[in-house]
Amino acid sequence: MEYHELTIEKAGKLLCDHQISSFELTSALLDRIEKYDDEINAFITIDKTMALEQAGKADLDIAAGNILPLTGVPIALKDLLCTRGIKTTCGSQILNNFIPQYDGTIVKKLKENGAVIIGKTNLDEFGMGSSTENSSYKITKNPWNQDYVPGGSSGGSAVAVAAGFCCAALGTDTGGSIRQPSSHCGVVGLKPTYGRVSRFGLVSYASSLDQIGPITKDVKDAAILLNLISGNDVLDSTSAKVDVPDFTKAFDLFEKGSLKGMTAGIPKEYLCVDGIDPEVATVFNDAKKILGDLGVQIKEISLPHTDYVVAAYYIIAPSEASANLARFDGVKYGFREKDCDDLIDMYKKTRSKGFGPEVKRRIMIGTYALSAGYYDAYYGRASKVRTLIMEDFSKAFATCDFILSPVAPAPAFKIGENIDDPLTMYLTDIFTLSANMAGIPGISVPAGFSSKGLPIGIQMMAKRFDEMSLLRAGYGFEKTINLDVRCKI
Amino acid sequence: MKISADEVAKIAHLARLEVDASQKEKMAEQLSHILQYIDKLKDVNVEGVKLSSGAALMNNVLREDKKKISPGPSVTLANAPQRDEDFYIVPMVVK
Repeated sequence: MEYHELTIEKAGKLLCDHQISSFELTSALLDRIEKYDDEINAFITIDKTMALEQAGKADLDIAAGNILPLTGVPIALKDLLCTRGIKTTCGSQILNNFIPQYDGTIVKKLKENGAVIIGKTNLDEFGMGSSTENSSYKITKNPWNQDYVPGGSSGGSAVAVAAGFCCAALGTDTGGSIRQPSSHCGVVGLKPTYGRVSRFGLVSYASSLDQIGPITKDVKDAAILLNLISGNDVLDSTSAKVDVPDFTKAFDLFEKGSLKGMTAGIPKEYLCVDGIDPEVATVFNDAKKILGDLGVQIKEISLPHTDYVVAAYYIIAPSEASANLARFDGVKYGFREKDCDDLIDMYKKTRSKGFGPEVKRRIMIGTYALSAGYYDAYYGRASKVRTLIMEDFSKAFATCDFILSPVAPAPAFKIGENIDDPLTMYLTDIFTLSANMAGIPGISVPAGFSSKGLPIGIQMMAKRFDEMSLLRAGYGFEKTINLDVRCKI
Repeated sequence: MKISADEVAKIAHLARLEVDASQKEKMAEQLSHILQYIDKLKDVNVEGVKLSSGAALMNNVLREDKKKISPGPSVTLANAPQRDEDFYIVPMVVK
């Protein structure tokens, strides 16, 4: 048995049966991190003592028979989630010394369910990026081939799962930041419906788009984690008061009836997107066939405003970011530049030194779009286009259960390849942005490899609060394709 | 839309950022490039379309208005870059 290959489900069973202890498991994973992470750079912060303390406590709980769904299971967290007593940097120098005084609701829920927090993972600064190259601390490498990016912005979390540094991780997704790195790293990534999961204690990037979700080794684990993190929270007024089903029931649905009766829509506009890599197209077509063989009816649908999604997103997200990031001013927390003339000078120097180039670029775009005289032309118009995008999806879901698409137009690119061309980087988000714009859930499931051996995933999106359909179809697909996605580092 | 180096300086001031003189041209070029792409939104007919400000369910989620104990200044000021007991210190505001 290899510790680093354990899923939540398998680790839970071995812990419960007293075949392993959480202390052994956590120590083995910490050793693995120590051995490999100097090169791969998945983590920003590891608190070994705290992790082993939590593991020791979990072992006592197991001995006493107090076993919860995550008791003793090591989980990694994107460093955008506030953890009490553990530095939370958001990948930014402006928070290089920030130690939250509280746990975010989701961190609290994981701990209450017995999880061991193994570390905080690297990310594009504040979640702004698609390659994890925009972290101000380190560049995370793709464990399948270290010359390549892992995707982003939750690159550290996806890599931590793929490299076997944890059983599972949490990421956040504002425009694809869970699904795209999961696709590039050969793991499962689920962005829940907007409002499904509380965001209290998640440092805000774009509040109408941000969502927390699981990154896991298989679809079952995604359902297990989603069960634990879902639900209304009085501390987040955007968390919805809707029922939370038992998402693991999705697997019974598959076992009983395969995927018969389900309909998948393929947006015709997605197939004519410029620059779809032929290997991605092949993986996508093979996936379509597998789903068809499982009884899914495949039909063509239309999302007429697809061509405007990237443009609308890159007004809305930076506008919200420019407002949200105004709080980093050197007064209440984080880095402050010394020896400034006055308050304004202190703000400017602190922010200019504390933020990296991509964050500054997005704050600038957002400030411009919201400034007097331009609001209607940019933010106003983009928000109306967003309405049209949402309507496209509502119409589509009247005729299908889920939408099938690639996750990214190409497999992972080489480190440094796109870093000086922000627009090209933005355009790679074309298939993932819509789910955030429409508030719907999306999942990325491993579906194949490029000729260079880099993983390629497929995406499924469903209507609001219908993660169940995604998990059912995702599980059926995963079981049938039976791909070996164990990464050898 | 094309952005000039002067406009970059103006936006930077509004955003409370400093852009080095050496970086202004590059920033102007990158922002112009991005905004030119965004101009394609002008091709969409949005007449009569309502503005959506978010993806949340279209109803308010309220909580009970109950009194709670504040964590107090020892917690809220724990990360202050500079403080004097229960106060934040900032550079002089009024000269």
